[in-house]
Amino acid sequence: MSGNSTYVPKSRVAKWFESRLPVGGLIHSSFVVFPNPRNLNYWWTFGGILSFMLASQIVTGVVLAMHYTPQSGLAFASIEHIMRDVNYGWLLRYAHANGASMFFLALYIHMFRGMYYGSSKSPREVLWLLGVIIFLLAIVTAFTGYVLPWGQMSFWGATVITSLFSAIPLVGDSITTWLWGGYAVDNATLNRFFALHYLLPFMIAGVVVLHIWALHVHGSNNPAGIEKQTAKDTLPFHPYFTVKDGFALVCFLVFFAWFVFYVPNYLYDADNYIEANPLQTPVHIVPEWYYLPFYAILRSIPSKLGGTAAMFAAVIIIAFLPWLDSSKVKSAAYRPLYKVFFWLFVACTVLLGYMGSQPPEGGYVIAARFLTIYYFLYFLVILPLLGRYEKPMPVPPSICDAVLGKQSQAAAADASSR
Amino acid sequence: MTGNADSPVTLSRLDPPTPDLASNGRTKTLLLGYCFRDGTRLFVRQAETPEFEDIMAANTMADEPTRRDILVVATGVMGVGGAGLAAWPLIDQMNPDATTLAAASAEADIANIAEGQVVTVKWRGKPIFISHRTPKEIEAARAVPLSELRDPATDESRVQKPEWLVVIGICTHLGCVPLKNDGPYEGGYFCPCHGSVYDASGRIRYGPAPYNLALPPYKFASDTKITIG
Repeated sequence: MSGNSTYVPKSRVAKWFESRLPVGGLIHSSFVVFPNPRNLNYWWTFGGILSFMLASQIVTGVVLAMHYTPQSGLAFASIEHIMRDVNYGWLLRYAHANGASMFFLALYIHMFRGMYYGSSKSPREVLWLLGVIIFLLAIVTAFTGYVLPWGQMSFWGATVITSLFSAIPLVGDSITTWLWGGYAVDNATLNRFFALHYLLPFMIAGVVVLHIWALHVHGSNNPAGIEKQTAKDTLPFHPYFTVKDGFALVCFLVFFAWFVFYVPNYLYDADNYIEANPLQTPVHIVPEWYYLPFYAILRSIPSKLGGTAAMFAAVIIIAFLPWLDSSKVKSAAYRPLYKVFFWLFVACTVLLGYMGSQPPEGGYVIAARFLTIYYFLYFLVILPLLGRYEKPMPVPPSICDAVLGKQSQAAAADASSR
Repeated sequence: MTGNADSPVTLSRLDPPTPDLASNGRTKTLLLGYCFRDGTRLFVRQAETPEFEDIMAANTMADEPTRRDILVVATGVMGVGGAGLAAWPLIDQMNPDATTLAAASAEADIANIAEGQVVTVKWRGKPIFISHRTPKEIEAARAVPLSELRDPATDESRVQKPEWLVVIGICTHLGCVPLKNDGPYEGGYFCPCHGSVYDASGRIRYGPAPYNLALPPYKFASDTKITIG
């Protein structure tokens, strides 16, 4: 979406069209000749995987909407109708439900990769912020989607999450009533959630366009965390990265297909195959796995307002990462201490997820409290201080040196071992 | 303007045209000089279409509000006000509709509720707990000093008749329905979602919930009937 296009249309039709809307040149400069750092590893393929998953979710979702009924008395039965009667309905629904999990899996890997290699730092702060907006939209989209089957978990998940807003002083109850369209989660709530669930993915797609636009202003960050300087540092997007992205995507889809075809309900809560009952709460309410770390933070604080505030803060704080991480060196490859704290942070979020899946009792709550403290400590204390006190390793002068330096070292080691 | 040899009055323009400084800055006039082939010269005063910069300069220079200023302000006020008015229906349509508001009251027959039993009735889509409390529960609820309570309220203030407790069965934490006759307090309530504990008066004792179970508006229609709402 930037750069000088060298695209020359060949056919007369293409020439006619290009002189009226130069979209061919845009695609050519963005996805064919675009110079990518030559050292991108497979962690950089998740952007493409996410684009594919978004498209897949939109396609399966639009098709499912043709058979689904967003009415509280009919919704649950219409899901079973899709599963049993609609041609390939079982496949479409399983692909859509598991696709949401795959989207979040790829999204979290994509975010952790950005954190490890310092991709959010100057000049890519806006790129990072757009990514955080996509994350927020994805959270709301998945949540509204989970309500649609109108099972017990749908209903009580919707009740618990919308009730979070009642923690806001003074206007909280009015906001909750407004969100519900009544005095409890009911048909009005289901209707609006369906409308929003259909709308939001297209908004995500719009922000994805901005995200890629911002990405192409300075190009991708890379494992060395240094900017591309000369042509020697780069390779054209096609064929080098179309192939790499394509290969990674196919591997990812094999994993996705395993869930869809072999364990389609592994990530789903059995309680959601019981129709919603407003008078009975399931004994153990658990959100989908991708919300669990944030849910654990919510429960670890013994105050309604405090817990709610901490949970929202845990999401929003990610937006401030470019300014909290004070180190001039981007890549963790040259930051020995940061690397340790980063992996502790990854372990912290995974463990928080585990705590969120367990009942809110005894040791689980205490462990979740310590993990919550580390979560915020990492952003608010460790990252700002580490940049000042950590002594980074020498950073190679260019991407080319980072790649070839490694190769010549390997060759030397090879020769000496012989 | 390119000169044409066949034109009866072929002119060559004397450049540059001189701006007429006597103009008022709004409609600018130019003094154009033309030179004919025979050498005669003609000077014409011509009004020029104002340039963008000239308009901007004229606008900022004007020391009184001009007609355009009034148009800008009026349009802006109408635009902002109109946007606000148009937004309100779009926001308010999400509030409870007339059918929801109309489903106002519910009746419950309490003749068959045994002592120690709690039944659930539905009002405005919410569960209402009607508890027939035992003397022991009442006594325990009334013996608690207010200083021990997170949301202090006497048991007397929460009931109309001591043996009947009527509360909205929704945990004040995040809206789950607590389990009846559960938790450490006899005749109390326990929320399985996040572990809030309520006593036999529906008052929060510990756990994350901030308030006591809410009281619905209700009255005893007779000794065996309650009207809620």
